Amino acid sequence: MTLLSLRGITKRFDGKPVLAGIDLDVARGERIAILGASGSGKSTLLRCVNFLELPDEGSVALDGETVGRRERELTRVRQRIGMVFQQFNLFPHMTALDNVMEGLVTVRRVAKAAARERAERELARVGLADKAAAYPAHLSGGQKQRVAIARAVAMDPELLLFDEPTSALDPELVGEVLGVIRALADEGRTMLLVTHELGFAYHVATRVIFLAEGRIHESGAPDEVLKAPRRERTQAFLRRHKEFSL
Amino acid sequence: MHQWDFASVLANREALLVGAIGTLRIFAICLVAGLSLGFIVGLGRYSRNRLFYWPATAFTEFFRNTPVLVQILWFYFALPILVPFSIGPLAAAAMGISLNSAAFSAEIFRGGIQSIDRGQWDGARAIGMTAGQAMRRIVLPQALRRMTPALTNRAIEIFKMSTLASAVAYVELLQQGKLIASLNFNPIEAYTAVAVIFFVCLWPLVQLTYVLERRLGRSE
Repeated sequence: MTLLSLRGITKRFDGKPVLAGIDLDVARGERIAILGASGSGKSTLLRCVNFLELPDEGSVALDGETVGRRERELTRVRQRIGMVFQQFNLFPHMTALDNVMEGLVTVRRVAKAAARERAERELARVGLADKAAAYPAHLSGGQKQRVAIARAVAMDPELLLFDEPTSALDPELVGEVLGVIRALADEGRTMLLVTHELGFAYHVATRVIFLAEGRIHESGAPDEVLKAPRRERTQAFLRRHKEFSL
Repeated sequence: MHQWDFASVLANREALLVGAIGTLRIFAICLVAGLSLGFIVGLGRYSRNRLFYWPATAFTEFFRNTPVLVQILWFYFALPILVPFSIGPLAAAAMGISLNSAAFSAEIFRGGIQSIDRGQWDGARAIGMTAGQAMRRIVLPQALRRMTPALTNRAIEIFKMSTLASAVAYVELLQQGKLIASLNFNPIEAYTAVAVIFFVCLWPLVQLTYVLERRLGRSE
């Protein structure tokens, strides 16, 4: 069953087209890895899904309902979609626990005690039960990103967006974050994942799409796109990425 | 060599006390009115909506670039001719100081809010917050912390600007000092006493804001 449906999404920045007509259907339980060179529009595509960027043209439908442009509708849709950012975007004036509770209390109006319990459970799930009282400034990058994932998951999103979740991390911290995302994948959650971790995309995604010049250039199962890409640009991209791998 | 003699000042300590109360009253009014209005104007300056931006900008530029003393005199002597009601010394002085403080603090608020990383808005909007919730819960608390030193400066400035109210004979510390000086022919002692009282009132307040700053900075 289709959860998310994008039709003809275009976006220009200062007249320069970044997305030039994206059509994409995402079924429940699908995990789509989005690849592409920098500037190919990957992040913008993700940000158009939850309207952090307003598409210039095209429509986004969630669960068969096209999302309008009124602020109230956008806010409601964002409540159903979780997002994890490259730069974490944790709230620095709140502890890890308060970061995870914030959406529940302020947006969902969950009672404090219940929200706290839920937030503690989410932190435990990402292995940070002992960091509940810590402020983001005292956490490592990997820990910050795991708190950010807990914050998104606590809202029970129907769709999770990951925007290069490990790109800002020191190499030795990448594994702990990918482990958490993998666990979420194993629960059958629906995900869109922009990443440069090709190995991770291969193992976790159910489908891979390759963006170039604001369009979906190639799309298919991980085995096809990552192992036997048909199009030249995809092949060149993968060659560059694999150049120094073992 | 001048013979310092504070006896004549001490003999008028009740007049100074009345003045101090007057100073505190106008300070409290202008602090609350100036900073609240400044916050609203600052939001207007931050807004991308022209309907809010242009009036806020016009207000800021006008009151930032005219002297407070002129405003106070204008409100006291000129405005009553134009409007059908009289304006007392307190109202005239409070308006002048508040509007001027609003114009300056508006820029502090705008700058403070603008200095918060865009990612904070993204993080807040992504969990479904409205713009108002994001401002109130996420952006403003962080911005206020950054603004504390500048706002403290504003508050000190307001406290001292209260002396301008003496120009329209509002009873505050300087006005009482002038009175004591003219009655006792002791301007040195009278104005020294006024200066000392200001310092004694302000210095502890400023120390308190340092404590506040440290407490707010606990998460860093």
